[in-house]
Amino acid sequence: MFSKPRLLSTKIHLDWPLLIGIICVSLLGLIILYSAKPESDVIERQLLRLLIASALMIAIAQVPPRMFKSIAPGLYCFALILLMSVLIIGHVSKGAQRWLDLWFVRFQPAELMKIAVPMLIARYLDNSLLPPKALTLLIPLGLILLPTLLIAKQPDLGTALLILSSGLLVIFFSGVSWQFVVSLAATVGFSVPLLWFLMRDYQRQRIMILFNPESDPLGTGYHIIQSKIAIGSGGLFGKGWLNGSQSHLEFLPERTTDFIFAVFSEEFGLVGCLILLALYLCIIIRGLYISAQAQDTFSRLLAGSLIMTLFVYVFVNIGMVTGVLPVVGIPLPLVSYGGTSLVTLMASFGILMSIHTHRSLLPK
Amino acid sequence: MAAVIIVILFAALIGRLAFLQIYQHDLYRTLSLNNQVRIVPIVPKRGLIFDRQGILIAENIPIFSLEITPERTPNIENTLSEIHAIMPITNSERHQFSKQLKYKRRDEGIPIRVRLTEQEVAKFSLEKHRLPGVDIAAHLIRYYPLGESFAHALGYVGPISQKDLLEIDQAAYRGTNFIGKVGVEKSYEAILHGKTGYQHIETDAKGRTIRVLNRIPPKPGANLHLSLDSHLQLSAFKALEGLKGAIVAIEPETGAVLALISKPSFDPNLFAEGIDVKTYRSLQNSSERPLFNRAIKGQYPPGSTIKPLVALKVLELGAVNPDFKIFDPGWYQLNHTGRLYRDWIFFSKRHGHGWVDMEKAIAQSCDTYFFTLANKLGVENLHNIYSRFGLGKATDIDLVGEASGLSPSAAWKKRVYNEAWYPGDTLNIGIGQGTLLATPLQMAQVAATLANRGHRFVPHLVSAIDTHHNDQPIETLPQEIPPVIIKNPDHWKLVINAMKNVVHMPGGTAYRISHGIKYQVAGKTGTAQVFNLKQNEKYEVNKVKAHLRDHSWFIAFAPIENPKIAVAVIVENKHSKTGADIARVVLDSYFNLKPQETTLDTSGEDETEVGGAEHSE
Repeated sequence: MFSKPRLLSTKIHLDWPLLIGIICVSLLGLIILYSAKPESDVIERQLLRLLIASALMIAIAQVPPRMFKSIAPGLYCFALILLMSVLIIGHVSKGAQRWLDLWFVRFQPAELMKIAVPMLIARYLDNSLLPPKALTLLIPLGLILLPTLLIAKQPDLGTALLILSSGLLVIFFSGVSWQFVVSLAATVGFSVPLLWFLMRDYQRQRIMILFNPESDPLGTGYHIIQSKIAIGSGGLFGKGWLNGSQSHLEFLPERTTDFIFAVFSEEFGLVGCLILLALYLCIIIRGLYISAQAQDTFSRLLAGSLIMTLFVYVFVNIGMVTGVLPVVGIPLPLVSYGGTSLVTLMASFGILMSIHTHRSLLPK
Repeated sequence: MAAVIIVILFAALIGRLAFLQIYQHDLYRTLSLNNQVRIVPIVPKRGLIFDRQGILIAENIPIFSLEITPERTPNIENTLSEIHAIMPITNSERHQFSKQLKYKRRDEGIPIRVRLTEQEVAKFSLEKHRLPGVDIAAHLIRYYPLGESFAHALGYVGPISQKDLLEIDQAAYRGTNFIGKVGVEKSYEAILHGKTGYQHIETDAKGRTIRVLNRIPPKPGANLHLSLDSHLQLSAFKALEGLKGAIVAIEPETGAVLALISKPSFDPNLFAEGIDVKTYRSLQNSSERPLFNRAIKGQYPPGSTIKPLVALKVLELGAVNPDFKIFDPGWYQLNHTGRLYRDWIFFSKRHGHGWVDMEKAIAQSCDTYFFTLANKLGVENLHNIYSRFGLGKATDIDLVGEASGLSPSAAWKKRVYNEAWYPGDTLNIGIGQGTLLATPLQMAQVAATLANRGHRFVPHLVSAIDTHHNDQPIETLPQEIPPVIIKNPDHWKLVINAMKNVVHMPGGTAYRISHGIKYQVAGKTGTAQVFNLKQNEKYEVNKVKAHLRDHSWFIAFAPIENPKIAVAVIVENKHSKTGADIARVVLDSYFNLKPQETTLDTSGEDETEVGGAEHSE
């Protein structure tokens, strides 16, 4: 083993397959972002963000996984305190309290939670017997639900959903019994009608609009109607780069952020979509492989959860833009314009790389 | 396992995409070619507001405004300077615009000038083709024909602020620029606004309208019928001309508010047009505080107006007999060496009221007598009767921002100041001074409760709501709340008779307003101390700075049997016109309005006016 020449990439703890996937998707993202908003400086800004976020990814990749494990509880508590302070002194931004003004950036504590929750749950389950019993799961469930509810209250349904799923995914990867999964599903199934019963009329109406946006053509329904027209009119090969009439005639709202997939589909068609989905699939499969190769339970659970969260991102965003899932405000990873979620995403890629490149290469 | 799930779900997404992009491709391609269909909100008409006679007091009038839609405007700064070249834009217009630019939807028009003259409309129409994204929009704006006199009761609408956005469903307000800010306009915002409609408009590639495809009409907001009486409101407003103060008149049988005035006032139409920053600042920073609704937010010590309440409590407990007498030397002493609590009369006459019984003590407002009663009752009994009449608790009138006043108790003082309650505190609140606080609205309700011999109603301004569903507006029912129960009706009789003597018997503190009066009034004067005199110091009107002068209160109801109106008046900073003088004008105005309901001989009108507020003493 020692005779094998150590490559530069090994020295700086990079994982080439993952990195190539990330670069490809990001490039596609920049191309379509240019089309979505050609006149302003969004490209420069997005590129700058990508570079800063990549630097962070490389930095995190240098950190050995046991460090993540030891800082997990501290990170969680820190994020929780920030989250509560947002609720109290948070800056009011577009009607929702999500931001905290730090010295130089506006920072979303919820983003930190996206990493802190799976880390903490992975650490907790690593210290207990696997597969876990239903009762031992009560504490991790509480640790997941607390930040989820705080964030849902902000209100940021999309991020709350992502944090909930990142935590539940860790539990799922720890190999819980089918009975547990079934009983959890049953609990959720029973509590939904109960919640519905407790809700006020206007709240129920909001939920109905979530599932049937067309009934509210002045609100979110408008987005869905326009986005479906954009996607459907793209056809098999698309209208060509910079030729999407929907997006260029400004019918499509939020076209650089949550609805950027509609611009992509309109200009590159089904073929383009298949390529994009294939690239995402490559990244996800590589991530699952990293998880399977991990040498300790903590790393395996954390890697599995992080990569599956990426999948949830992609699935919910595309599902929402194509009108099969409710509009909850989740960006398309690496493609949507915007800083904070990009940084978190790259940080989790950094963690995946760290997990894969810090394995002690013991001969079997 | 996970990989299998991923592949299945990705396959589902691909299926969905294929369905949209291949199977439904033709449909969406056509839609996209013609898409040029815009969904345009249609703003509903805001509900109208009428007074009790059916007089329109808040309406909508059409105006033209110039709007910029950011999404369709290539360069907003250039566009602004282009517009500036056509017609100069003021700094405050620019400021309002950039404020709204930050938080409004980018596909929605933002007004740069709210009220275009006909010349401006003509001038701009010629230049419009050069300026994409800029349109002339016809709007309805709110107009209050009776202006200042209704400002504090009706409130006003103003441009939707960032704070408002948090409270409303933004989708429901698309296209709407104005929202109720205070008063009835705010508390009934949900039903006044109506439901936004929309239309699908087909446009060409440049965004010009070709035709309207379908139209979901908006539902206009509900019309409100108020219990306010414009004539009474206007004459009450006039009676306070040049003064600071408030008037609230209530119909005792229902709690319906007949008049609600706070002076000084302001022109609500300034807000409905989008007030400029400078004017707003000057209103906000004025020492006269014209934006402050004294009628529901002003908290003053009620002074002697609460003496009837103290008397009722003493009678209820049987602490003294109704014919209990004291000799008043002009002061009261808790013990023989202690501080002298002076009667108000002592400051001008250097002697007391002499022998007084309860009726005389109320009619002449003898402080010494009520110091004696207060000392016998103690703070908890006073707190009890004040609270039963609603002091210290908001009345729940249908206006936002009402103050609750304060009915102090020993526990309250301990909690807030961590100090013991002193017997001297009891004496002070026994004559309505010290920490006891009430709003003019609460005192009007006290007057109405006395008029009703204990029955109480939640005061309200809106008497009927017309949602356009039926031909008839839906009447709001009087809402009764737990009454003040005094078991012995003689006690009510005694106190109300004493209040009658306040006005109708020589020596009564408001006797001067009885000249030529054609109906029977029960009333009570009061003085709210603004600052405290030192021991033995004499209160001299001329030596005290104007804004530190005492306030003059009057509460009254009439007629005494089967009362129709209860009123509370406060005039700030003592003036030759007292609260009682103003109340007389209000009551005269009310009974002149409705001669058929009273036994008045209306031929005596002129004489009544002379005998009223202006000349006496």
